[in-house]
Amino acid sequence: STRCFSALSPELKSTLDKVVKSHKVILFMKGTKDFPQCGFSNTVVQILKTLNVPFETLNILENEMLRQGLKEYSSWPTFPQLYIDGEFFGGCDITVEAYKNGQLQEQLEKAICS
Amino acid sequence: MAVTKTDVEAALTSKFNPSHLQVVDTSGGCGASFEVEVVSEKFEGKRLLERHRMVNAALAELMQSIHALSIKKALAPSQLPPPAAV
Repeated sequence: STRCFSALSPELKSTLDKVVKSHKVILFMKGTKDFPQCGFSNTVVQILKTLNVPFETLNILENEMLRQGLKEYSSWPTFPQLYIDGEFFGGCDITVEAYKNGQLQEQLEKAICS
Repeated sequence: MAVTKTDVEAALTSKFNPSHLQVVDTSGGCGASFEVEVVSEKFEGKRLLERHRMVNAALAELMQSIHALSIKKALAPSQLPPPAAV
């Protein structure tokens, strides 16, 4: 079935522009960093905790508009979604791979020192 | 309507003409959930995020009914490790 409407109004888009830039590292996830409600979200939280960087989380389960809007905003269909320095970095698999090969640390250091 | 492993394989095959394709159903009863590995010429010269976006796009219609998708591999043939020497 094809959806004929967009969840991403111009107003929501400009709100999201601000939200993704509100912190150097922000994770849109199911649950919170202290109480993740999905294994994929938990994986990314644990990686960020291991790397010892400050990060914020937003629980998309508590805001359906944010959830639908972000999927379009990021062109990414699932959660978690990690943003670094206002830019979409990836979902769980990409974050895991980038953690393993060191690119995540590099990106985070760049963001936090900028 | 439930998405099956066959649906996922068909969508990826038609988009990527892959030289390697593996789809594993990992749902374990909680809804359509898959792990995929794709090796395709179409990924040549594309960054990881872009390759994952291509896989997501290929499955866009199915994603509405997919609970979780894990892209274990999305590689170009040139990124594969050389075959082990015998």
